Amino acid sequence: MGIFLKSLNEMHQMLVNREISSLELTKAYLKSIHNKEPQINAFISINDEFALKKAVEIDGKISSGEEIGVLAGIPMALKDNMCTEGINTTCGSKMLENFNPPYNATVTQRLYEQGAVLVGKLNMDEFAMGSSTENSGFFTTKNPWNKERVPGGSSGGSAASVAGGEVPYSLGSDTGGSIRQPAGFCGVVGLKPTYGAVSRYGLVAFASSLDQIGPLTRDVRDNAEVLNAIAGYDSKDSTSIYFDKPNYTQFLQNDVKGLKIGVPEEFFAQGLDPDVEKIIKKAIKTLEELGAEVGTCSLPHMEYAMPTYYIIAPAECSSNLARYDGVSYGLRNPAEDMIEMYKKTRAAGFGQEVKRRIMLGTYALSSGYYDAYYLNAQKVRTLIKQDFDKVFEKFDVLVSPTTPNIAYKFGDKSDPISMYLGDVYTIPVNLAGLPGISIPAGFVDGMPVGLQLISKHFNEGILYKTAYTFEQNTDFHKSCTGLLEEV
Amino acid sequence: MKISSKEVEHVALLARLQLTEEETLIYTEQLNSILGYAQMLQKLDTTDVVPTAHAVELYNVMREDVVKPSMELEKVIRNAPDEENGFFRVPKIV
Repeated sequence: MGIFLKSLNEMHQMLVNREISSLELTKAYLKSIHNKEPQINAFISINDEFALKKAVEIDGKISSGEEIGVLAGIPMALKDNMCTEGINTTCGSKMLENFNPPYNATVTQRLYEQGAVLVGKLNMDEFAMGSSTENSGFFTTKNPWNKERVPGGSSGGSAASVAGGEVPYSLGSDTGGSIRQPAGFCGVVGLKPTYGAVSRYGLVAFASSLDQIGPLTRDVRDNAEVLNAIAGYDSKDSTSIYFDKPNYTQFLQNDVKGLKIGVPEEFFAQGLDPDVEKIIKKAIKTLEELGAEVGTCSLPHMEYAMPTYYIIAPAECSSNLARYDGVSYGLRNPAEDMIEMYKKTRAAGFGQEVKRRIMLGTYALSSGYYDAYYLNAQKVRTLIKQDFDKVFEKFDVLVSPTTPNIAYKFGDKSDPISMYLGDVYTIPVNLAGLPGISIPAGFVDGMPVGLQLISKHFNEGILYKTAYTFEQNTDFHKSCTGLLEEV
Repeated sequence: MKISSKEVEHVALLARLQLTEEETLIYTEQLNSILGYAQMLQKLDTTDVVPTAHAVELYNVMREDVVKPSMELEKVIRNAPDEENGFFRVPKIV
């Protein structure tokens, strides 16, 4: 039937023209999910009943002649750190294994209002801490391109489910690269919006000044359609920004003439796999041939981005995860007194990486060390942000590899620091609050390579225009075809 | 600046985490590794730099002081590990 090759707009047309019903579409995707899950393991929970009910509801609207939006009646899935009322939200952690949220995240609510059909919740590194989904408290997710390799993380389930044809789109969250990196590893399009562009209300917090929710899709147009639904000011999130929200699809033009593209030399230094570098350089050449003006630039403080992040993020996480105390929700390990209960509950509920980051963060914020570590890291963060501000005076978009290598094999990065180093190109973008997108740009050893584009605050439009132009002049976004085929 | 096992134990107490002896040793080693890496931040002169807490600046985000309904009690206690009459029951504090 090739339904899995259809874009959101194509499926929407089919629904409106009554060529297919939402019920049929949802059933087809659910069948795909159940057939493919034994090999991919992208989902923590699948909700057939809930999904079919919503599909029928949308079919009712269509048959009564009601106008429906692009996302209506079409299945999707959410990373399991986004609250869905009545549906367990685990954050990939034993701490919240049976947590049933009493409310919907704003992004959940906005997608529901568009008529989106939630089919399930997606696997992730526990509390969004990790870059391979190996830190999930439950099981690992496999990269649909090669089952022995990681899908990336922390939104591994979000990327794998889209690449594997289980859902046409998903939402992930990105704190240091957790949307873009798995998107790169799995050959899909993943956008981290400007900080404050998408509400964090109902997103289980990891690092409050860095977290953002964004869409993962097979192509750029689909990504813009989903961003349209979820972006925009939310009074329930005090870090949400009031901005003039555009219709993001208006930027989907095949034209980069005169676009000034900056290539930061620090992103092409030691550590970058030579084969990945070739692919990225070729992609930059393609954009240049299409009329973009490419020039080199420098972000002098980039080497300090990783250590800065690995002080700030754990510090914020230690604060955000203090709430998991066994008192009012989540896991509780009983004890004779409160402190023992806290200690036992948290010891049992959290995995290694989470504990490590809580410890690191607590130390960095503790009396006597706060100035030397946390405060100093925040000052370096200012320097990093200023680097970007300077560069954006001359350039419209920056380009880099999304990751230094292709997806690695399970267990390859057991040492924490070697895992952290994979985020070297994505982390600076979160520190500066900028929007960043990863798009498929080629293959090395049969594994996808992601190209990252970065722009100024609230300039998702330029990212989409550049990405769309690249996509229209190459075929990499169509490569998932083999994986998407109906099972 | 190296962190000792004793300090790790203290940090674990602050973080309300119960660690085994083995975990304490492993975390001491790993934290030292990460903190060692973070030491490179000391190389920079940040004397007159203003710290960034939020990348996109916001100040005094307020709302009108109007009373709105809170979440219904049933929803609040729905996930309680131990609940009685709308209260969360916990072990003695002192």
